[in-house]
Amino acid sequence: MTVILNQSFTGISIGAVLLLIALGLTLTFGQMGVINMAHGEFIMTGAYTTYVLQQAVGGAGVPLLLALPLAFLVAGGLGALLEWLLIRRLYTRPLDTLLVTWGVALMLQQLARDLFGAPNVHTTAPDTLTGNVSVAGVVLTTNRLFILGLALACVLGLTLMLRLTPLGRRVRAVVQNRELAEVSGIATGRVDRTAFFIGSGLAGVAGVALTLVGPIGPTMGTNYIVDAFLVVVAGGIGRLRGAVVTAFALGVLQAVLEYSTTTSVAKVVVLVAVVAFLQWRPQGLYTLRTRSLV
Amino acid sequence: MLEIAAVRAGYDRTTVLHGVTVAVPEDGVAAVLGHNGAGKSTLLRTAMGLIRPMAGSVLLDGEDITRLAPHQRVARGMAYVPQGQQAFPHLTTAENLRLVADGRTGGRAAVAEALDLFPVLRELSGRRAGLLSGGQRQQLAIARALVTRPRLLLLDEPTEGIQPSVVAEIEETVLALTRRGGLSVLLVEQHVGFALRAAQHYYVLETGRVTSSGEGGGDAEQTVRTALSV
Repeated sequence: MTVILNQSFTGISIGAVLLLIALGLTLTFGQMGVINMAHGEFIMTGAYTTYVLQQAVGGAGVPLLLALPLAFLVAGGLGALLEWLLIRRLYTRPLDTLLVTWGVALMLQQLARDLFGAPNVHTTAPDTLTGNVSVAGVVLTTNRLFILGLALACVLGLTLMLRLTPLGRRVRAVVQNRELAEVSGIATGRVDRTAFFIGSGLAGVAGVALTLVGPIGPTMGTNYIVDAFLVVVAGGIGRLRGAVVTAFALGVLQAVLEYSTTTSVAKVVVLVAVVAFLQWRPQGLYTLRTRSLV
Repeated sequence: MLEIAAVRAGYDRTTVLHGVTVAVPEDGVAAVLGHNGAGKSTLLRTAMGLIRPMAGSVLLDGEDITRLAPHQRVARGMAYVPQGQQAFPHLTTAENLRLVADGRTGGRAAVAEALDLFPVLRELSGRRAGLLSGGQRQQLAIARALVTRPRLLLLDEPTEGIQPSVVAEIEETVLALTRRGGLSVLLVEQHVGFALRAAQHYYVLETGRVTSSGEGGGDAEQTVRTALSV
């Protein structure tokens, strides 16, 4: 029983990481339809931001808390720049977008190598995030709990932003009917850039979280990017709720399978499960159902 | 107010408009009449900036706006109600209007005014626009355009495909708007009767060319009907 609970917690924490990474993608890929291969490198940017901050400030806790907003701004800024320089010219050409952003991803990886060297670097986690708490025989590590909390906070923040703020209304309107938004006086280009800023910024936040559970390296983002796209597609494109449920489901599935088999087998089974699921429900877990016009 | 001068426009390699000139007078209403496929909607889309013309120009108060983006035209006082009762389907009725009012000085008052024109929208404020009937959606579309307090309103077949009970109501509102002053209208219509009741000036468009034009009233209706029946 304890084993099952322990593995479930591991699964939920894997899910939290997945969710944090997929969250930005629900905006840029789910809402805007851009396949941004450089999303993983924005994660990497967030992680290196934490590293640089820790080198500069010293200590562990303060730089981590400072890194959250700073990584959001740095990764978001890079994302907005990428949108402005390249992606906005390619909205009607998804294949070109994929290739171009892949190229940008490689360039960003090389830049990281030039700046920080090829070997992985590490940050020191603050003491409060290195221990663990034990609840009813289940050992919960505090760093994983922190990531879980961060992921849920980001989901809540993004949901509230989309539902209640003027910017959120504009983003939803542009996604639903771009032309009507434009003729209603909304500067759709600026909305695109802002949405891209937020989506990329969330990748930066995910990068900060990843420094708590692993090393920082130039290619750290690529390891996660495929899984994150998987979460968005299986959850139903553009559906926040779908991404949340799918991230945790895949995380738990992965953890349980890893325990009973090996990591590689678990990966394969998860992938097959998603493919099978999409055969059954091509639209993903959640879909929009209304008498929509456009 | 608005001058569309010798505009040639179309999609990809198909030219739809072959040198069309149409003018909307200050505080006046101009109607463009014609059959399906004559290029009426293309004309409005060009005026609004959704299509960039291959030749010719669009002038607003004498300013050349041919290369401006649609939202920049809205900022200069233009508003557009496209064909087909368009709305943001997953936004509520209230959100559809608030969206346009956001960040606009006097936006809230403008929403209230628009709702006064279409009281039925007040009762539907919490409902998603995708769940409204065609007539309700069209009222919402006109209300949304009015929230920007336009000086020039482009209307593309406002009563097309709408249940008859609502048609009269929409026509009355449009007529009232045009008589209120401070608003010029470019109206695209297939219903000759309604168009000529609203407009002081009409243009008949056939396969991308203006084939006749004149003042409304008098025997205009007979002239237009003859022109269109050929």
